[in-house]
Amino acid sequence: MRWWWPRGLRPRLLVAFVLVTVLGAAAAAWSSAGTASTALVDSAQRRLSDALVSQIGAVTPRLTYPPDQDALDRLRSAAGPNTVVTYRDLRAEAGVEPASDALRAAVRSQNGLVTERVTVGSTPWLVIGTPVLRTAPDGTRTPSGIEVYSAHDLTEVEQQIDGLATNAAATAAVALPLAILLALLAARSVLRPVRELRDTARRLTDGDLDARAPPQGADELAQLTVSINEMAESVQTSMTAMQRMQTDARRFAADVSHELRTPLSTLTAVMEVLETAAGGMEPDARESAQLAITETHRLVRLVEDLMEVSRFDAGTAQLRIDQVDVAAAVADCLRARGWTEQVELAPAKGIVLGLDRRRLDVILANLVGNALRHGAPPVRVRIFLSGTQVLVAVTDHGPGLPKEVLPHVFDRFYKADAARTRTPGSGLGLAIALENARLHGGTLTAENVDGGARFVLRLPREGQ
Amino acid sequence: MVAILLIEDDPLVRRGLELALSRHGHDVRTAETGEAGLAEFRSAAPELVVLDLMLPGIDGFEVCRRIRGAGDVPVIMLTARGDDFDVVGGLAAGADDYVVKPAQPTVLDARIRAVLRRTHGGSDGVRAHGELKIDTAALTVSLRGETVSLTPTELRLLLTLSRGPGRVFSRQQLLEEVWEHDYLGDSRLVDNCVQRLRAKIEADLANPLYVQTVRGFGYRFGPV
Repeated sequence: MRWWWPRGLRPRLLVAFVLVTVLGAAAAAWSSAGTASTALVDSAQRRLSDALVSQIGAVTPRLTYPPDQDALDRLRSAAGPNTVVTYRDLRAEAGVEPASDALRAAVRSQNGLVTERVTVGSTPWLVIGTPVLRTAPDGTRTPSGIEVYSAHDLTEVEQQIDGLATNAAATAAVALPLAILLALLAARSVLRPVRELRDTARRLTDGDLDARAPPQGADELAQLTVSINEMAESVQTSMTAMQRMQTDARRFAADVSHELRTPLSTLTAVMEVLETAAGGMEPDARESAQLAITETHRLVRLVEDLMEVSRFDAGTAQLRIDQVDVAAAVADCLRARGWTEQVELAPAKGIVLGLDRRRLDVILANLVGNALRHGAPPVRVRIFLSGTQVLVAVTDHGPGLPKEVLPHVFDRFYKADAARTRTPGSGLGLAIALENARLHGGTLTAENVDGGARFVLRLPREGQ
Repeated sequence: MVAILLIEDDPLVRRGLELALSRHGHDVRTAETGEAGLAEFRSAAPELVVLDLMLPGIDGFEVCRRIRGAGDVPVIMLTARGDDFDVVGGLAAGADDYVVKPAQPTVLDARIRAVLRRTHGGSDGVRAHGELKIDTAALTVSLRGETVSLTPTELRLLLTLSRGPGRVFSRQQLLEEVWEHDYLGDSRLVDNCVQRLRAKIEADLANPLYVQTVRGFGYRFGPV
């Protein structure tokens, strides 16, 4: 589209209608005014010529040849004002006589009536030149050598023609608002369904799958509306089916983990009894008991993580906000797990945020635990402010994350190395950490830096 | 040795916890339903009740309320789901503490001991705060001369707060001092206990005189 072409459908229709109307009116006015003015001029010319011829005809029979000045004067006065009558060197004239030499030459050479239009000053004139013919008694007509040039003011005719043009312009001026009105009506009738379609599409985009546009009429727009409704219907059907499947799957995961808790409760309770009794067992029985205890702990951890993930999926995870000193929370997290010696903490003191203490601890324990397990010392935790965010960066000095793993570190049950499936974690740790960060309105990202992997937790500062 | 009543409907879990708690040196009695538990509670007079929330018949919330109504025996809730709804309901029903299943017997034992330890502490003497008298030796509280019956947790909370009238305690400090929880304890424990304590000693719950809220920080006692 060029710069002058409006972008909206309504102004475009409007401009098109106005252009069509103006051009049409101009063409019609121009053509009719042209025809009418030609007809007007022609009729005026014919009328004036006929009058002059009859006036001359009334006088000529009584003329004597060759005529004298007196005869010419009579002829002139018969022909009316603004007339010149010439015969050789004789000349009778009155008023204006704007006849050109070309006209005189044409009258002489054609030996008949010739007209021309000239404008003198601002006045349009019709000049009629005619030779006076002598009629012999036998009826033959010969030129008498007398020439009559009569000028007639055409101002009136011109005014009539101007009136026609004014009328045409006035008609166009009346037609223009009508055209604009029609354009607006047409635009509205076209745009209403378009607008409804747009609104429907927006509502669908916003997730309101019940949105439909009412089809009106049987034109192409109505067909489009029907098609869009059908599309929405089919999207809704498949979305509903998918949502049901997803809900079922999530509920199943939640139910399974819940059901697993009861037997795990028993196992957890008796494992301690078994542990205290293991000292007196045969070596293989003791090892078996140890394995059972370890695996029970792992199972408990897995089920707890599954329950946590289920809560995120079901949207029931809730924040319990306390005013938390971030540096103190990190220190607490490290101390509670005996990591204080292994981790360098570079805290910014006095950053207090409204946070869920437990969830922050879950995130920190995951990041630091991973760094200690998969990276190499020194593991460094840095807390600092950046604009509207509080950043907690956990960096290790291990080999870093393999390139192909990086996009998947937060995926559930993603194992970097298919052979190394038996890691101490549940495979849900980072996924849960990410969900916890998001619940706070923050983010969690992973990247490789010089000689190690770095995880950065970003928490918003507002709501302190 | 603590005389414990364990109310849990699942037979295997019940037996497993009974074995584990006995191993920790406790005298454990068990009941399968809420009704049986309440009957056992009346006849055996345990020092502490470990109560499962999801029970057939009358559920754990109701059992807790009835035990609360009958006296000051502390209750520890065993919640199967650990969902917020359960925890809130359990605390609102008057539980002193809760443990999420699957509970490690060591943790449960620690909580039991912590709950019972709450009756010991503070220097001896009678402290008077307005119409409230706290006898830190006899561990009794009286309001306008009438004895107020407090659970060990409520008593310990009151003792801790009244140690320094006007001093503000954060929920975290109270969790650590009163409940002996690690730093990740649930601050709703504090809020619920404060509400129960106020219901017993405050004349106007909307304008508490003794246990006042310091918005954004925690609680303080008085000053009266």
